[in-house]
Amino acid sequence: MKFREAIRAATLQAMELDPAVFLIGVGITDPRAVWGTLSGALQQFGPGRVIEGPLAEEALTGICVGAATMGLRPLLIHHRVDFVMLSMNQLVNHAAKWRQMFGMQQTVPMVVRAVVGRGWGNGPQHTQSHHALFAHIPGLKVLVPANPYDAKGLLLAALRDEDPVIYIEHRWLHEDDAPVPEAYYLTPIGKAAVVRPGTDVTIVAVGPMVPESLKAAAALEPTGLSAEVIDVRTLRPLDLEAVLQSVTKTGRLVVADSDWGPCGIAGEIIARVAEAAHDALKARPVRITWPDSAVPSSQAIEARFYPGAAEIQAAILQTVARQRDTELLAPSTVKKFDGPF
Amino acid sequence: MSHEGALSAEVRRRLYYRLRLLRQVEERIVADYHHKEMRSPPHLYIGHEAVAVGVCTALRADDLVFPYYRSHGWYLAKGGELKALMAELFGRETGCSKGWGGSMHVIDLKAGVMGTSAIVGGTISHALGAALALRMQGKTSVVAVSFGDGATEEGVFHEALNFATLRRLPILFVCENNLYSTNTHIRDRQAQLDIYRRAEGYGLPGHLVDGNDVVAVYGEAAQAIARARSGGGPTLLECRTYRVLEHCGVNADDDLGYRTANEVAQWRARDPLTQARHLVAGNEAERIVEEIRVSVDEAFADARSSPFPASLVPEGARP
Repeated sequence: MKFREAIRAATLQAMELDPAVFLIGVGITDPRAVWGTLSGALQQFGPGRVIEGPLAEEALTGICVGAATMGLRPLLIHHRVDFVMLSMNQLVNHAAKWRQMFGMQQTVPMVVRAVVGRGWGNGPQHTQSHHALFAHIPGLKVLVPANPYDAKGLLLAALRDEDPVIYIEHRWLHEDDAPVPEAYYLTPIGKAAVVRPGTDVTIVAVGPMVPESLKAAAALEPTGLSAEVIDVRTLRPLDLEAVLQSVTKTGRLVVADSDWGPCGIAGEIIARVAEAAHDALKARPVRITWPDSAVPSSQAIEARFYPGAAEIQAAILQTVARQRDTELLAPSTVKKFDGPF
Repeated sequence: MSHEGALSAEVRRRLYYRLRLLRQVEERIVADYHHKEMRSPPHLYIGHEAVAVGVCTALRADDLVFPYYRSHGWYLAKGGELKALMAELFGRETGCSKGWGGSMHVIDLKAGVMGTSAIVGGTISHALGAALALRMQGKTSVVAVSFGDGATEEGVFHEALNFATLRRLPILFVCENNLYSTNTHIRDRQAQLDIYRRAEGYGLPGHLVDGNDVVAVYGEAAQAIARARSGGGPTLLECRTYRVLEHCGVNADDDLGYRTANEVAQWRARDPLTQARHLVAGNEAERIVEEIRVSVDEAFADARSSPFPASLVPEGARP
């Protein structure tokens, strides 16, 4: 099942099982159904539970807060993470605060699904990830699935959680194909996954950097280097234990993020490892992040903007103090987005 | 006073009692604030009382209100527990928000007082969500949301009028226009000063109400609530009123010079309590004053003797 089909499966399954779940968002009843992730939802559940929203992101988010405090479970869908910026007041000042600000009397069980629009020259305002912005805020939970199995399992878990959950979804992964169970299941929130065991270096990866990391690890295997790859899956709460366990074993850490570096999740992971397990480190940790600038549009430089398997491989070699004597890898094999929007 | 003839003695007494309750509680806050036991920024409702009392008295117990950070009046008018309000202002564990919210974040779910926000316009959209939820759940409750004139400059106010009308939600939008956003006059902020006329552009009824006349507010609110409950959709009420003390705090602010002494005096002469004095006969007013005085004394004493919260991590903070 493809990544985007797994999102659809989770959405329909949650709505079938729980009448409190409803969908709301701008353009969600569009025939294209958010890249097919909502195909059939309107027909199956009707406009009472698949609510087309005016272009009013702040109000739609506050509507979800209000409905959630009344016992419903809204799933708010944005075609771009960039559009969520219009609703930060509701997410940061309201949804994230509500539970604590009133002495734990109310919870805000709402989910915000937002798509990262990387590819096809979408440019500076349609491609941002922003997961670290949300992960900075106590009271929010932040999920970034990296494969179809977790795309379904994490969305189902989010729709059962009592706190506001931000679910960041990379369109870059939409066509990724892998087995996904038909049955209802949950990917636990707050648990990372070791997606490739290894002994020499730990790669902690976020979202689309997970397949890139796996590719780098596979390419290095013939040289005798064994890299362990951890899919962080949940940025808040962060599964520090899983990272520490691995780093204690390998002594080397590379963090591969699909976001900017400064004040980001890669720096956070490295800081927490340094605080908790400094003595286990045999080499300086390395982070792989976006260049510190806006995402460009032109295909000539867009392709160069994003780090991938090659950069991860170079970072691994750096931590083990080897020369870059291994042949550089081909670009990502993850199916790219072919436009136009 | 056109609605007054139809009011029962019970409603007249309730209106007057609630006006006095709001006023006496806040006068006591003013008197005691200098002790520095209440360490939370109070946006006092003195002068506005007729708005919350008029609307809340027209609501049912199972209706919901979404007040803003000038919150004490709505909280009390809707039946929120006085002791829990005072304990919250004193920062105590027994407060309505267990000491985590303070004056700007009050809540009483049993009374239908939903949580308030310190962000201008912050709960307008929550009211939409609650109204949507009530309808999805098949309930007949309606929702009233209050906000100041400044909030009508925020985009979310316009987003909300549109959405509520589009979905015919059972909502009463109550704008308490006191002419000032903090200390900036509405003339310096808005090009067209009739806020109620914004409604026309979004296809819902908008009415101008004398916000210092509790009977007028009650009458307009009752009609809008009946309309909302019968599926007729939302209404915008602009209640013109006046904040007598400073924007935030317990003092007069005549020294700042942003408003004239004459303006303040004119509004004080139209005090909502003075205007409502005729609602009760004989020495009933004195009995009400005394009854409330006892409750307020108790609530303040109770708050002072209650424990502070002990932990920085509230129980159940993380599931």
